[in-house]
Amino acid sequence: MIGEAAVRAGCRFYAGYPITPQNELTEYAASAMAKLEDGTFIQAESEIAAINMVIGASMAGARAMTSSSSPGISLKQEGISYLAAQELPAVIVNTMRGGPGLGNIAPAQGDYFQATRGGGHGDYRTIVLAPASGQESADLTRKAFDYADKYLTPVMILGDGMMGQMMEPVEFPEPVDLSKLPPKPWVLDGAVGRPSRLIRSLLLDTSVEEDHNWKLARKYETIAREIVGGETYMTEDARLVIIAYGTAARIAKGAVKRVREIGLKVGLFRPYTLFPYPNRMIVEMSRFVKDFLVFEMSTGQMVEDVKLALEGRSNVHFYGRPGGIVSTPDEISKEINSLYHRRHLEEE
Amino acid sequence: MEKKVFQRPKYLKDAVFHYCPGCGHSIIHRLLAEVLEELDIGDKAIGVPPAGCAVLAYNYFDVDMGEAAHGRGAAVATGIKRILPDRIVFTYQGDGDIAAIGTAETIHAANRGENVTVIFVNNGTYGMTGGQMAPTTLPGQNSTTTPGGRDPDRDGPPIDLSQMLAITKGSTYIERTAVNSYKNIKRTKKALTKAFKTQMAGLGFSLVEILSPCPTNWKMSSVDAAKWVDETMTKIFPLKVIKDETGKRIDN
Repeated sequence: MIGEAAVRAGCRFYAGYPITPQNELTEYAASAMAKLEDGTFIQAESEIAAINMVIGASMAGARAMTSSSSPGISLKQEGISYLAAQELPAVIVNTMRGGPGLGNIAPAQGDYFQATRGGGHGDYRTIVLAPASGQESADLTRKAFDYADKYLTPVMILGDGMMGQMMEPVEFPEPVDLSKLPPKPWVLDGAVGRPSRLIRSLLLDTSVEEDHNWKLARKYETIAREIVGGETYMTEDARLVIIAYGTAARIAKGAVKRVREIGLKVGLFRPYTLFPYPNRMIVEMSRFVKDFLVFEMSTGQMVEDVKLALEGRSNVHFYGRPGGIVSTPDEISKEINSLYHRRHLEEE
Repeated sequence: MEKKVFQRPKYLKDAVFHYCPGCGHSIIHRLLAEVLEELDIGDKAIGVPPAGCAVLAYNYFDVDMGEAAHGRGAAVATGIKRILPDRIVFTYQGDGDIAAIGTAETIHAANRGENVTVIFVNNGTYGMTGGQMAPTTLPGQNSTTTPGGRDPDRDGPPIDLSQMLAITKGSTYIERTAVNSYKNIKRTKKALTKAFKTQMAGLGFSLVEILSPCPTNWKMSSVDAAKWVDETMTKIFPLKVIKDETGKRIDN
């Protein structure tokens, strides 16, 4: 889904390294790029080489991507920091698995901090998009390439092993006409009839580096205003709202349906941009909702962003299953039921 | 009538080198700029500078430059060249950059036969960080991290990366030269010319390893450092054509 969407978004360069559970994407890219006259696929010698090849392709003007899973993404962080610093567009897919360390190959959401806090060294952020369905994977992939080009910054698509293995019908958008994309007046393609160009991140003068850091910070503020997004489900009359993203949100949706059947006023809020985080939408809900339950396939990472957004306005509860455990809607609905009555939310 | 017999090459900016007196980088920069001009490829050249003393190379070369992280030059160059195969792509790397932290990137780029040119400056030390042991530091040679000299039993012997690269099927032309004497400088320019001609003809991976004096970190005078290259360094790293499979496909 992401592979085909990437090709249709005009991606012409993919470099990657084998790692489970996301090899389907790498293999799809290999055959898709081979079918394109101007497509390049490289099976790199390492995750680090792959991201650095993407940097080179991006410098040369291509829409470029790489993908991996948690341990591989750790290795790629060097390059992601350089992409952010050098203001180069690129798309990185992380199909999260259980960790830390080698962990396992089951679906998990333990890389939230790494993804949303930059992940590599230095003062930067990465746009993070979190699809929860096959269709949304395709749609957000298109957006990822557009955002990367527009804001000149790396964009991460954050999924998990469940999303990676999912099969769903998807309607793909028409392929992008590459000739109609906005020009890139910074590309390194040889200084013919123009002054030579430089793409760098070394800024030895501390005041220049400070200016660069603030410039990036202002860019992230612009991004936060322009692209932030989340989806609400049955929140209108809700007394308790579940907040979850990706696969966890799908499970939570099933749980919300179940508890609605027994009359509990419970809704779901699903952020699909994790950086920027939809703070305002959560604050808006807090005017009527005094209890939020954050559900993650981790020991609790996004829950910190919810608390930061709310600044004490409402109660924040947490339920998590790390390590590759995938909860059932039944399990979550029991958790909801118990919390709902503990908080006496059934009382008018 | 006056006739200009010496001037700044077209592809060097009007900037003062920051390199130490007696360092080989300034000479190599000039040779590279001359070769880009003589082969008329400067306008379509894209250079990848390293981390190390030559990290500021982009202040001097008046061609498109894209900085790579430490050791990743060959991977970045691969990405650029695959997207723009008709441009001339080169990396400029030191011994620590290419033969320690960037060994994997370099070997695999060579093995894939990436059609790029690598300028490998071997001065046997981490110059910019202050003279620590490099992968190419000679046995017995002092460094700030090998008190008493490099001990091959403890630190491993110097690594001959060029020789390793030569056994990859994808490498086409590899030569080791030096810039410590007039004769060697001429030979280096010839090697650089051949390396770029190899790329221009689309023949695959080319590399010139250049032994380069570092008087500051070797703690020698410039003259002694130049002598030391001949008398000591070339015993471990002999100057020679290590691999040449260009055959008659390019003119010399």
